[in-house]
Amino acid sequence: MKRVYVNEEWCLGCHLCEYNCAFANSGLKDMADALKGKKIFPRIHVEGDEKISYGVSCRHCEDPMCIKSCIAGAISKENGVVTINRNKCVGCLTCVLVCPYGALAPSEEGTMQKCELCVKNSCGEPACVTGCPNKAIVYEERG
Amino acid sequence: MSDYVIIGNGTAATGCIEGIRSVDPNGKITLISKEKHKVYSRPLISYLLEGKTDVERMKYRSDDFYDKNGVSFLPGISAAKIDADKKEISLDNEEKIAFDKVCVSTGSSPFVPPFEGLDTVEKKFSFMTLDDALSLKDALNPESRVLIVGAGLIGLKCAEGIKDLVKEITVCDLADRILSSILDAECAGIMQKHLEENGIKFLLSDSAAKFESNKAIMKSGMEVEFDVLVLAIGVRANISLVKDIGGEVNRGIVVNTKMETSVKDIYAAGDCSEGYDASIGGNRVLAILPNAYMQGFAAGVNMAGGDKEFSNAIPMNSIGFFGLHVMTAGSYDGECFEEKREGVLKRFFVKDNCLIGYMLIGETDRAGIYTSMIREKVPLDTVDFELLKKVATTFAFSGENRRKKFGGVV
Amino acid sequence: MSIRYIYPEFEVVRNENRCIACRVCERQCANEVHSYNEEKNVMISDETKCVNCQRCVSLCPTRALKIVKSDCTLRENANWQNDTIKEIYKQAGSGGVLLSSMGNPKPLPVYWDKILINASQVTNPPIDPLREPMETRVFLGKKNGEIERDEDGNLKCSLPPQLELSMPVMFSAMSYGSISYNAHASLARAATELGILYNTGEGGLHEDFYVYGPNTIVQVASGRFGVHEDYLKAGAAVEIKMGQGAKPGIGGHLPGAKIVGDVSKTRMIPEGSDAISPAPHHDIYSIEDLRQLVFSLKEATEYKKPVIVKVAAVHNIAAIASGIARSGADIIAIDGFRGGTGAAPTRIRDNVGIPIELALASVDQRLRDEGIRNNVSLVVGGSIRSASDVIKAIALGADACYVATAALLALGCHLCRTCQSGKCNWGIATQRPDLVKRLNPDIGSERLVNLMTAWRHEIKELMGGMGINSIEALKGNRLMLRGVGLNEKELEILGISHAGE
Repeated sequence: MKRVYVNEEWCLGCHLCEYNCAFANSGLKDMADALKGKKIFPRIHVEGDEKISYGVSCRHCEDPMCIKSCIAGAISKENGVVTINRNKCVGCLTCVLVCPYGALAPSEEGTMQKCELCVKNSCGEPACVTGCPNKAIVYEERG
Repeated sequence: MSDYVIIGNGTAATGCIEGIRSVDPNGKITLISKEKHKVYSRPLISYLLEGKTDVERMKYRSDDFYDKNGVSFLPGISAAKIDADKKEISLDNEEKIAFDKVCVSTGSSPFVPPFEGLDTVEKKFSFMTLDDALSLKDALNPESRVLIVGAGLIGLKCAEGIKDLVKEITVCDLADRILSSILDAECAGIMQKHLEENGIKFLLSDSAAKFESNKAIMKSGMEVEFDVLVLAIGVRANISLVKDIGGEVNRGIVVNTKMETSVKDIYAAGDCSEGYDASIGGNRVLAILPNAYMQGFAAGVNMAGGDKEFSNAIPMNSIGFFGLHVMTAGSYDGECFEEKREGVLKRFFVKDNCLIGYMLIGETDRAGIYTSMIREKVPLDTVDFELLKKVATTFAFSGENRRKKFGGVV
Repeated sequence: MSIRYIYPEFEVVRNENRCIACRVCERQCANEVHSYNEEKNVMISDETKCVNCQRCVSLCPTRALKIVKSDCTLRENANWQNDTIKEIYKQAGSGGVLLSSMGNPKPLPVYWDKILINASQVTNPPIDPLREPMETRVFLGKKNGEIERDEDGNLKCSLPPQLELSMPVMFSAMSYGSISYNAHASLARAATELGILYNTGEGGLHEDFYVYGPNTIVQVASGRFGVHEDYLKAGAAVEIKMGQGAKPGIGGHLPGAKIVGDVSKTRMIPEGSDAISPAPHHDIYSIEDLRQLVFSLKEATEYKKPVIVKVAAVHNIAAIASGIARSGADIIAIDGFRGGTGAAPTRIRDNVGIPIELALASVDQRLRDEGIRNNVSLVVGGSIRSASDVIKAIALGADACYVATAALLALGCHLCRTCQSGKCNWGIATQRPDLVKRLNPDIGSERLVNLMTAWRHEIKELMGGMGINSIEALKGNRLMLRGVGLNEKELEILGISHAGE
């Protein structure tokens, strides 16, 4: 299964992945319309310092801790993609308690969200990959 | 005859079904459920009252879960006795079921001390099951004054859940602080202040000595009037099925890291069991949903002939009230490092060059990074601990470590 | 500074309706033009620092930015133009020599744009490159004057070493130090994939790039930086740099601040020391001295590699070329006055040298007249901007072209001409690791390959239009060219007729 991988060698820490992610999941057609004046809640976030940086997003683990820990049974795997049923989530943050990569965070509405490889939004292919200006993020099969 | 029988219908039981099916897709599974409902998320009952979920959305698995997994679901029935030699379970309806392997995942029951005058109270409730929550809801109205006995996780979640449905809530506890099982005095104080700002009244180091219909007379002498009483003092693991046949029990049913009890072919998982707690290096009841699932899954795999050990369980909690969140994990028996800011208190406990526990209040982003450090016993001299104390980030790990974490399939 | 004599040349125009304050412009501007005001949640720009490299414009996800030339201008004056006046202000302030980067921007004649190409009609029909094979391969090196046969009548193959190019274009010299490691990596990989060559420039060859040796021309400049035996043996050819089109008559200068780490190691000079290449090679004061160096290099490389001599196009270029052709060099590279540079004194860059078109035509004609045209191949550079420039150059007599500015543009350069600051936001003309990172050679080499592939196709189309199916048949074929808007003298030097004739 293809996953999103970030290469520290080329990541510039420009944060465009975060903005592209927020836009892709906004459901709106124009980026300025979607994001102007708002705090963004991206599903990929950049970590690091001025010299080294990289984006972190859900690893779609083979045996995900979040699925085992969600008290509402809201997280499941569909075709290999770990996905959250926002309807069932009550915002207890148990998934945040257990994810070793820090990949989950609350959305603007309070329910949890994380990278779902843009399978459910209009993008089709992960927006962070297409939007990276330095080919630091790739979408490929490994392992 | 059933290859596998599961007694109980909660998270551990679900884990057990999925564990069995991961190894044996065909063996017959029978599930005996005291409650009539298909498996639902018990921790969500307070959210139900709060309006954040409903009975439909609370279901832990879909309606066709039992059918899809070939489970014969017997609702509204209890197991009365297990005959370990004949390998037979007697049910409360006089029927018997033969088994090859059984998993006891009976959970726990609310503990109600014999308060004087408790029988005079008309509207009294426990806060454990979906039915408890629904009947509590029916008893409440906007004029209700509610007294909750017990300022632990269950009592406070109940308070949060009903806050907007009632006029007044008072919570009392014998302990000198709220959430005494997981927080120290300072952290508990921060949370208590937040709850008080949200309209919850507290009477600590005090508890009811006696009830008189609509009044509780506290040990301190104070009198509290109420319309509805909720008892959330604590729970006791349901261990009788194994205790009665001489299996090893303590506070819970004692199991090894494979979830085997001391009786052959009998396994236990979930809140009723007492398994290995890596944070203390011994057995302890760890009544948390993630642990229940993982125990159930391990039990299931082993029952079906696989080989799975669950040896890195630690206590961990994520709980929030009115927007303020607390996360705790592991043990606090070590050197304490603290980070304090406006509205944020973080405590990290270190022993033998490892993070062994933490308490976070006010800032809980990405706490799972800390939790995994405890479970995997990451040596602190291989990470930038100073950075980690300030923010939970994978950048505190070495480049090589990060490439392993993020460069392949995990 | 209490009086600001020079108003910022550019203004940063931000469409506030589209700006989402994502801060990419702030993060990606090495000149620190943009900053974020947290209180008001707006981006602000300091245009005094803007060099118009357009990094921010290219990355802004909502296209909220544009850079415009400031319309705060001094009174119009055809003689004392704005730029002329500003340069005086600068020198009055600094007392120093004005430095500039890249090629001559002055509005002097561009002869490529006054030359037109033929096409076949009716008789001698054109060739369709998508249906017929077209040969774009060229071989650079000394060619025999005649065919020799042995006593049995078999061909004697005594050809000196040749360079095979899949198309008549090579990447010209840009030193490691003036451009980044990743820029070199992109050029080396693209050259290898395309089957052409790139040039190390005078900064030596980084050890990581020895693997691309078969597609590398190693340069020996007057400072002899990075020159050692392995270096000479690593390349496919050795180029002696006598001069450069952008700054004829002077040497190169890389400030000590850029001589760090691998740059210092590759050039074999201490960190922090200025890398000054002297104006002449101090062991070459005559054509005989040049011949001596040419043959020393051939000895060192066992006569297996062609030797190139690169000169700037200056007044007596024909005579100079004739001398070089007799010196034993296999290839002459001529660099016209429009050639680019990392840094050069502005006055020299803008006023010294002659156009490559005229230099090429006169050199080709002179060598033919003296019967020594086959002694050398001719490579020309100094603002070859498109496939049509390549075609015209070949028709005027060149064997191949050198491109450098075009290659940098493919890598992302926006010709802001501030390379000398070392803060190239595109990761090209800089050694700062955080900036060099911005040029990912995977992307850079792909864009170079795309550019050259496109040019190769266009070359085939133009050739096909003329009814020619190989570069060889186009070489020196001046009948395929006509001039337009050129005077008699220009036409005479170029050796072409006027359109209509």
